[in-house]
Amino acid sequence: MEEKILLACHDVSLGYERKPLLEHLDFTVYRGDYVAVLGENGSGKSTLLKSLLGLTPPLAGRIDRSAQKAGQLGYLPQQTPAQRDFPATAEEVVLSGFLNRRGFRIAYTGKERTAALMHMGKLGVLELKDKCYRELSGGQQQRVLLCRALCAANELLILDEPVTGLDPAASQDLYKTLRYLHERENMAILMVTHDVSAALREAKTILHIGQKRWFYGTTEEYLRDESGRRFGTR
Amino acid sequence: MSLLLSMLAYPFIVRAFVVGALVSLCAALLGVPLVLKRYSMIGDGLSHVSFGALAVALACGFAPLWFSIPVVMLAAFFLLRIAESSRVSADAAIAVLSASALAIGVIITSLTTGMTTDVDSYMFGSILAMSRSDVVLSVTLAIAVLVLFVVFYHPLFAVTFDESFSRATGMKVGTYKTLLSLLTALTVVLGMRMMGAMLISSLVIFPALSAMRVFKRFRSVVIFAGVLAVICFCVGLIGSYLLSTPVGATVVVCDLAAFLACAALGRAR
Repeated sequence: MEEKILLACHDVSLGYERKPLLEHLDFTVYRGDYVAVLGENGSGKSTLLKSLLGLTPPLAGRIDRSAQKAGQLGYLPQQTPAQRDFPATAEEVVLSGFLNRRGFRIAYTGKERTAALMHMGKLGVLELKDKCYRELSGGQQQRVLLCRALCAANELLILDEPVTGLDPAASQDLYKTLRYLHERENMAILMVTHDVSAALREAKTILHIGQKRWFYGTTEEYLRDESGRRFGTR
Repeated sequence: MSLLLSMLAYPFIVRAFVVGALVSLCAALLGVPLVLKRYSMIGDGLSHVSFGALAVALACGFAPLWFSIPVVMLAAFFLLRIAESSRVSADAAIAVLSASALAIGVIITSLTTGMTTDVDSYMFGSILAMSRSDVVLSVTLAIAVLVLFVVFYHPLFAVTFDESFSRATGMKVGTYKTLLSLLTALTVVLGMRMMGAMLISSLVIFPALSAMRVFKRFRSVVIFAGVLAVICFCVGLIGSYLLSTPVGATVVVCDLAAFLACAALGRAR
């Protein structure tokens, strides 16, 4: 059986107002992949992310978002300052992950509530479920948001700089959690990050973008590649 | 009790009670997502635009409500766009817009009718301003807002908490935000003639802030904000009857007292 495609870029160009940052981007994310997206600031990482999520159309080319169309995509955005003091319990936040395109509902089903609590148990935040989101630590907040993403997804997680603002211990915990989801639950992960050493350690595949060129391949290939030698061994 | 009965003997006070309580409820409910999304200034901007629109309507002899409702809705739509765009600093843009609307309103008034009691009541509110059509409109508005909050509670929460996540998972974020701003516009237009253009935005902001001091659940915050707003309005209206003070200012002072109490309670916990 052929591997299931979750997300694919076909000859995609990205940029602002007709000025392309990146051209002829071509890659495919299959079920069970673990991709780290690397690149300097301003290289187009956030633009790429927006296009992958279908929020802004690419300048050219085609993006196949099968996972998102099937309601199998979970997203962990960067936190906004407004969120950090939001009056909601962790459970309310996690449950909101079920509100994806599968449709609108007035109340959550018992099944969804159970699933939400299971995700929270798996990620070690079950005892925080009645706590207020704003009283959680940065690492706990990130885990709660990850639980919400799991409620929305069962195939692919897209993470936007998940360890920004976390202390080293919390970052390691988060990577461990992602590894667990990847290995045990066969969840595909696409993670935009600045943390090069963690990306090389954790991910199997690297997408490096910048200066109008891009690289997509395994971590080993990346370290042999020119851009990897310059960027990854610093 | 006899005080309440003697008040309710005046039909205009009955109308003020109904319209005021419903508008306070709507403003408080809509205020929770607006305050949390850092759009508090939109309410303030809308009230000034609403003042300008009423002044123009008065000068040209249009029916004040039917002229200002579409104008303010349009303004709400634009203010939302301004607040969203990162290119201009949103608070400055809103301040400019609201000051301009106010200035135009004042100039038009002084050129035509002069500062009549009508205009004064738009600025600081009047209990006499409520007509039968206001009652009908406010009941309709309250039903619309309640339906929005009961039926669409969960999506509303999701959009308020995290727009980018909601967008990424395929929710129609824009629709909810437009709906919120249009209903806010309607609330502001209806409420400002009683509360005053200068004071109406407090109905949007105070209850949400007070509720957020005390409660940790989003649902509790929404419900408490609504209840608190209605109580504060009723206390304020009775107070203004007893002390013969302007109703808008009295209600705002009640809201302030409630906020201080909630803040103290939240701190004590």
